[in-house]
Parts: sequence; C-alpha cells; structure tokens
Amino acid sequence: MNNEWLFVAFFIVIGALVPIAAISVAWLVSPKKSNPIKQSTYECGIETVGESWVQFKAQYYIFALVFLVFDVETVFLFPWAVKIGQLGLFAVVEGIIFIGILIAGLVYTWRKGMLEWS
Amino acid sequence: MMSFSDFTTILPLVVLTAWACVLLLVDLLIPRNRKGITALFSALGLALTLGLTIAQLGRQGSGFNDMVVLDGFSVFVNALLLVSGLLGVALAYGYVKRMGLERGEYYTLLLFSVAGMMLMAQAADLIVVFLALELLSIPLYILAAFARPKVESEEAGLKYFLLGAFSAGFVVYGIALVYGATGTTALSGIVAAIPSSSTLMLTIGAALILVGLGFKIAAVPFHMWTPDVYQGAPSAVTAFMAAGAKVAGFSALLRIFATAFPSLGSSMSDVLWALAALTMIVGNLIAISQSDIKRLLAYSSIAHAGYILMAFVPFGNPDVRAVSVAAGLFYLVSYAITNFGAWGVVIALEKAEGRGLALDDYAGLGRKYPALAAAMTIFMLSLIGLPPTLGLVGKFYLFRAVIAGGYVGLAVIGVLTSLISAYYYLRVVVIMYMREGEPTTTSEPYLNMTTAFAALVTVIVSLVPAPLFAWASSAVLKLF
Amino acid sequence: MIPISWYLTLSAALFSIGLFGVLTRRNAIAILLGIELMLNAVNVNLAAFWRYGDVNQITGQIFAIIVFAVAAAEVAVGLALVISVYRKKNTVIAEEIDLMKW
Repeated sequence: MNNEWLFVAFFIVIGALVPIAAISVAWLVSPKKSNPIKQSTYECGIETVGESWVQFKAQYYIFALVFLVFDVETVFLFPWAVKIGQLGLFAVVEGIIFIGILIAGLVYTWRKGMLEWS
Repeated sequence: MMSFSDFTTILPLVVLTAWACVLLLVDLLIPRNRKGITALFSALGLALTLGLTIAQLGRQGSGFNDMVVLDGFSVFVNALLLVSGLLGVALAYGYVKRMGLERGEYYTLLLFSVAGMMLMAQAADLIVVFLALELLSIPLYILAAFARPKVESEEAGLKYFLLGAFSAGFVVYGIALVYGATGTTALSGIVAAIPSSSTLMLTIGAALILVGLGFKIAAVPFHMWTPDVYQGAPSAVTAFMAAGAKVAGFSALLRIFATAFPSLGSSMSDVLWALAALTMIVGNLIAISQSDIKRLLAYSSIAHAGYILMAFVPFGNPDVRAVSVAAGLFYLVSYAITNFGAWGVVIALEKAEGRGLALDDYAGLGRKYPALAAAMTIFMLSLIGLPPTLGLVGKFYLFRAVIAGGYVGLAVIGVLTSLISAYYYLRVVVIMYMREGEPTTTSEPYLNMTTAFAALVTVIVSLVPAPLFAWASSAVLKLF
Repeated sequence: MIPISWYLTLSAALFSIGLFGVLTRRNAIAILLGIELMLNAVNVNLAAFWRYGDVNQITGQIFAIIVFAVAAAEVAVGLALVISVYRKKNTVIAEEIDLMKW
C-alpha cells in the first residue's frame, strides 16, 4: 500500500519540477530585450482581426451534431469488429443491419442538404 | 447464442422499426406538398404491425438472452399503443396541413416513438427499459417542438427535453444501484437475487426509478412540466403524448415493480399511496382554475395519472394485485380512447396562432354543431366517470380492486376528487349548451372519424365491458 | 484494492453536483451540462459495480456504453432545440425563454 502511493507522489513531484526547472532556466539565461512585436500575443498564422468572441455559423453546429451522433455510434462497432471471426453469421448480419441503419441516417442528412456548407 | 427465432418474439417491433427507417428515406422522394402520402404509409405500417401483434395473441416466449419477453401483457399493451399511434396519425393528418407544419418527419418520428413504447412493454431487462425510455422520449421532444418557429412550441420542446433528460438521469442512476445490489439487470435475475442483496441500495434504486418514471407519467410532485408542454406542443402531438407516454410509463412501472420488486411491496405501497393521492388531489384542484382547454386537459391528464397509480398501490399483495393491475390496464384503455376523442374536438375548434382554445370559444357549440358537442359531452362524462361511458366502468373496476386490497381511504379520495373534477368538466358542457356564441370548426374526414370512433367506443364498450376486462385479466395472469 | 465505497461516493458526489447544476443554473446549456454529469456519474457506478462484482458478466460495461451512446443522441436533439430557440430569441437563459409559467 505505502509503496504504491509513494510512487504516485514521486511522479507528481518530478512532474511539477521538470517544467518549473525548464521555465526558470529559460528565464535566467535568456537575454532580456523587449520590443512591441515580441510582446504581442503569439498565434500561428495571420494576426487576428476584430473580436475573438464571434458567433460561429449555425451550420457549424449542425455539422458537429451530425458528427457527434455518428462518432459515438461507432463504439458499438469496435467490439463487433474485434470478435467478428468468432461470432458467426448471425452477428455479422446484425452488424451489417446496424451499419445499414447508420447509412440510412447518413443518406437522410445528405439528402436534406446538411452536409453542404452553404 | 442468439438466433433468428429471437426475432419472432419482437417481430411486430422489428417490422415497425424497419418500416419507420425506410419511410424516413421514402419521404425524401415525396414532394413537399403531398406529405399526406407519408401519413398514409405510416398508418399502413401501424396497421400491419397491429395485425402482427394480434397474431401473437396467446403466445409466450422470450428472446435475446431474456432481454425481451412476449406475453399476454405485452400483446395487450402493444395493441393499445398501436391503436393510439393510428389515432395519433389520424388526428395529425389534417391538423399539420392546416397549421402549416406538414413535414414528413412528423410521421416517422411518431412511428419511432411508438416503437420505443412497444419495446418498453416487452422489456425484461433494465437496460432495455432505459433504451426504450429514450427511444420513446427523444422523438417526443422533437414532436413537441414541431410547430417551430412558433415560440411556444419550441419552448415546450426544450422544456420537455430538459426535464425528460433530467428524469432519465434518475432512472438510470436507480438502475445502476439495483444492478449494484443484485449483480444483474435482468428482471427475473433481480427477483432471485433480492434475498441476498443490500436492501438499502435496492430501496434507493427502486425509489430513484420511481422518481424518474414519475416524471414521465406526470405524477405529482413531478408534474411541473406537463401543463406547459401540453399547451405549447401542437395539439395532435399532445393527444398522442398524453395517451402513449402514459401507457408506456405505466407498463414500465408495472413490469419493474410487479415482477422484480414484489418484496419491496410493503415499503413501497405507502409511497405509491401518497403519490396517487397527491396526484389526484393536486391535478383536479388546479384544473378548476384553468380557462384554456389545453391546460385543462393537461391537468386532467395529471389527475388521471393519479387514478391509474391507484392500481399499483397493492402490488406487493399477492391476493389482489392481479385484479388490481388488470383494472389499471382497463383504465389505461378507457383513458387513452377518451383522451383522443377530447383532443379531436379540441383540434376541430383550434385555429391558427393558438386561437380557439379558450373555454369561451366553446360557447354555442351545442346549438351550432350538435354532433361535436354531443361527442365532447360523452368525453367529459367519461373523464368524470359518469354513465354511460367507459370512464365509469374503468373507475368502478379500479375502486373495487383498491377496496379489495384494503385501501378504502384511497378509494374515498378517488371518489371525492372525481366529484371535484365534475365541476370543471361539466363547466365545459354548460358552456357548450347554455351560452350563446358563434364557434367555427374545421371538418376533416380523418379527424371526424377519430372523434366518432372514440365516442362510439366510449359508449359501446361501457355497455359490454366484460370481454375487454377479461382480456386485461388474462393479460396480467402470467406476469406474476 | 481501493474499497468500492470510494467509487460510490465519487459517483454520488458527481450526481449531486449535476443535480445541483440542473436545479440552480439558468442557462439551458449549463442545465444540459448538469444532466450529462448525472449520466456520467451513473457510468462511474456501473464500471465500479462491474469490477467489484462478477468480472465475467460484462453487463455493467455494456450498460455504460449504451448509456453514453444514448446520452449522445439525446444531447444532439437537445442542442438542436437550444440552437433553434436561440436563433429565434437570441438567448439561452431558461428564465428569459419562459413565456409560459414554469
């Protein structure tokens, strides 16, 4: 019992020390010359224009919702796919029915024009 | 191992679900202004499923490793649900066109919801109960918001969704505790494991399931959402929701409590007693002050949840529970049919933008549209429990069973609250016949058929109730 | 091994936090978050009961998967309803949404 927990504590201490050390060393050895460009917020790519608290297009949410549903449904396919060899014909047919239902849903979303970014 | 014979136990359900999936795609090919075709297809699917269900009469069985069962109870409840679905489609057919919310998804969602309710009636495992609960609820959330962009309807949908999801949380937490206490989620396994399991955890689990299902069936004190949702949702949806969701909720309660927790009967009966009494009293008292017919029927629906709950109070008593549950089933039929009829009249009078829903709009109906007024009178009498209607017979069986179980006090509360309810139901009748007014109605063939059918069934079955009660009694026979 | 009561306490705490969130928050999205917390508390319970019960009976695991798959479907519908109300009324605050009495 004691040993296990010591192990965890050890990792927490080391995990905290490493970044602290790295940041402190960088702060100690780096030359301190400031200019406005260095002080600006770093972002990869072009500079931001206007507020960053903008509203996303509603289309984005619909994409996200459609993705969410299909994404989570695949969780049922994992155990099925792993054990497919041992399950026999019946389970294979059941899995295909499941995928068929998902495809029906996808066809519906597609025909409703939800997959187009307009 | 599973085999294709498993599918025969849930054949109607499989057919209905497949039908709904295909209809969802077929609907894409049907032009926007001809969605009536979708309605006819969905009615066809429901009728076909009803035929298959009736063909299962008298058969017993279980499938998918005892996850689902087929017995007299499931056939009875499924038949009732499918008839409710058909009436729901018939009420919606003209209504959605007239209100400008005709979209093919309406009927597909309705089919999915009916499928969820049927799964609930056949569930023999708590996992399936949860799955069925969600399958029946999620389409109802969307249907409640179907009149969008009408604000009231969207709000009703959101409100129903938030409280529905909230209550599902209770149900599933309760199921998890029961699973922890007994090590299984199969209803038959739970009965076997109860003697050797933690009573505390089991009782808390059962109580949480009761709270969650209490929300679904709108029992006081879990009823707050009901009036708003029933008022905001399109009337055709409300009619279906009031009947279908109640039937499914009660069949879940029955399956879980009567088959899995009979040993909790002594401690649960008091809780159920209080819930039933409270629901009857609060529902009927608040209904008195309503001036909007949809809200009035919403509170009436709460009150009736109380009456049906009465049937479950003696579920731990082996001598009377069968007859009491049969009385509960009979009452569910009588409520469902009467409810569809009453909503049919409401839909006939409703105009666009929510006009035509105040009680005052019913003034003069008796003189101008005698048939419609007569039908509404029958439904109001049935909701009170006066002759010559199904409501009277239902209440008679119910009170008799409850008294036989030794709960005379509860029966007295039931009779007294029925007397109170006479005030607001009869007020509708008085307004229709005694006051002057110029009501206008919409006459649509399917709507008229539904109302007439409901009125005829309400009267005729009340004259010869014995066969239906015998069916209900034989349906519950194999439950215990 | 850690006693099972720890997991049950964690789960009960999560459930209560979610419940508190649902009852006190006015933002529809925050209420939804509370509900999700309640459902996930259940998953903690199920996993713990499975691990401390008969490990060969995987009911608990399967149930947990079903719970979150269903929760995802539910959330998709719920968020769609919230978006639809938002487009109309420009608010997600439950009290401001209320036209009818709660």
